[in-house]
Amino acid sequence: MTAPITVKGRWLVPALLVLVAALACVSIVVGKVNLGWDVWSHQDDVSRAILVELRLPRTLLGIIIGAALGLSGAALQGYLRNPLAEPGTLGVSSMAALGAVLSIFFNVAGMHPFVLPACGVLGGLLGMMFLFLLSGMAASALTLILSGVILGSLAIAGISLALSLSPSPWAAGEIIRWLLGALTDRSLDDVTIATPLILVGSIATLSCRRALDALTLGEVGARSLGVDLNRVQWQLALGIGLIVGTSVAVTGIVGFVGLVVPHLLRPIVGSRPSVLLIPSAIGGAAFVLCGDIIVRLLPGGTELQLGVVMSLIGAPFFFALLQSMRRKLT
Amino acid sequence: MSQLTIRSLQFLRGERRILDDINVCFESGCVTAVLGPNGAGKSTLLASIAGLLKPASGTIDLDGQSTLAMHSSARARRIAFLPQSPEIAWPIDVETLVGLARIPFHGVTSAVEDGAAVARAMASTHITQWSKRVVTTLSGGERARTLLARIFAGEPEWILADEPFAGLDPSHQFEAADLLCAFARGGRGVVLTIHDLTLAARIADRIVILQDGRVVADGTPAEALTPAILRSVYGIDAEWLNPSGQAPLIAIHGRHAG
Repeated sequence: MTAPITVKGRWLVPALLVLVAALACVSIVVGKVNLGWDVWSHQDDVSRAILVELRLPRTLLGIIIGAALGLSGAALQGYLRNPLAEPGTLGVSSMAALGAVLSIFFNVAGMHPFVLPACGVLGGLLGMMFLFLLSGMAASALTLILSGVILGSLAIAGISLALSLSPSPWAAGEIIRWLLGALTDRSLDDVTIATPLILVGSIATLSCRRALDALTLGEVGARSLGVDLNRVQWQLALGIGLIVGTSVAVTGIVGFVGLVVPHLLRPIVGSRPSVLLIPSAIGGAAFVLCGDIIVRLLPGGTELQLGVVMSLIGAPFFFALLQSMRRKLT
Repeated sequence: MSQLTIRSLQFLRGERRILDDINVCFESGCVTAVLGPNGAGKSTLLASIAGLLKPASGTIDLDGQSTLAMHSSARARRIAFLPQSPEIAWPIDVETLVGLARIPFHGVTSAVEDGAAVARAMASTHITQWSKRVVTTLSGGERARTLLARIFAGEPEWILADEPFAGLDPSHQFEAADLLCAFARGGRGVVLTIHDLTLAARIADRIVILQDGRVVADGTPAEALTPAILRSVYGIDAEWLNPSGQAPLIAIHGRHAG
């Protein structure tokens, strides 16, 4: 049946869309060089170059990556019935980063613009598959989360090894950049690479929405409703592996989006997993755009990395959220 | 009249035979209670019929059609399974929880039909007034009624309920039992597992007793719950009080000595 949405939830999607549109406008205009609100009518080459070469790809990637991370967080939380699940806590982001890092380490990233993203995607997909294989087909949420912690540690160890053995300072610098996460210096090529992959991953993930709802009744309850959990597991491995792998390959690890956004939206739209997916995607886009605008507005010569800022905002925010949840329970 | 026919059913867990050569035919229109000591295989039998466990051998037919060969959604539309102490992972509202029963009907029925089925299920279990309450705020009895409404909303031909009365006070046990009995009187089938012998004798039309994975008694309550069978299966001394009346009572005197 169609998911009942609360009265508050009805206006949420349009409101979030308006917010994303507004933030996108700000993101295009604001930066080290302010383009002004009449940016589209600028005729000079410098403004046009900043707009097309820098701001537009950065804004579009912010939207795409934010939506991907928000969606994957909401889907993983629904699948594992655990609000602490997200690609970062399950080690999938680290696996994708390891894939990208290895392509830099072995000096194959420069061969073609597609090599690095492809290695990131491969890392993400392998991460999801290892996760499910490590924990077994009929894994409990706890086993899966523990497997994710192990997988994440292994991937970080691999990245550290690549860093310490890195053949040149350039490679080491590039590797560090992947770990910090950034939307700077991205081109429309990155948008072209990321969009179809994230779209396919999102469709695979969204098509699991009814199974995620059924999982509200636990694995036994879901299977008694005719849900094929093996198929759902592989579909999510493919979908989330693709979207997380792609987003990490393009921007590096941007944490906390998949964790914080569903938490923020659950009190408004309700806890039904399928109803949370689309708002989390749009909310994720707004969250990343907001972080990326803050990165640019912070004073100082060197721009902070987006991943750093998201964690700096996200960690205390999440801590405050946990505190308020604890207060409600006691 | 619908029939669930189980032939030569065997279920193994490692080397251990949980179900061993089960041959039984459940019929709709009545409540069948499956009894037996802990570990006798009651839950495994219900989970096997619901398609949640794959038996080592044997067949389970629903009106001549193998349930093992059915598509999982088609089976879920016909056979509903209520697990023992079901998990509810998120604080969703009652109506949303009841509506989950319509998941197997995706692409088969319209949203309007699904909504009507949910409304009927909530009305029949008298929970319509709580439709917007969050499930975590429900008491044990309210939760039991809501979970039964969730099963009814699928409008199945069969309900398999594993310990549906566990943790409920006597009044709520009868309330839940009345709902299941009314469902069976409507021409559908109910198979449930239960430990309370008196409640089983009162509500079940038929009793099947399992011991060590085998059927050791099958018949009306008076036929299946004799003191001799209860002594041999449970190792207890028990007697029927008021056996011919409307409200039989099985008095358990204690464990059988020797």
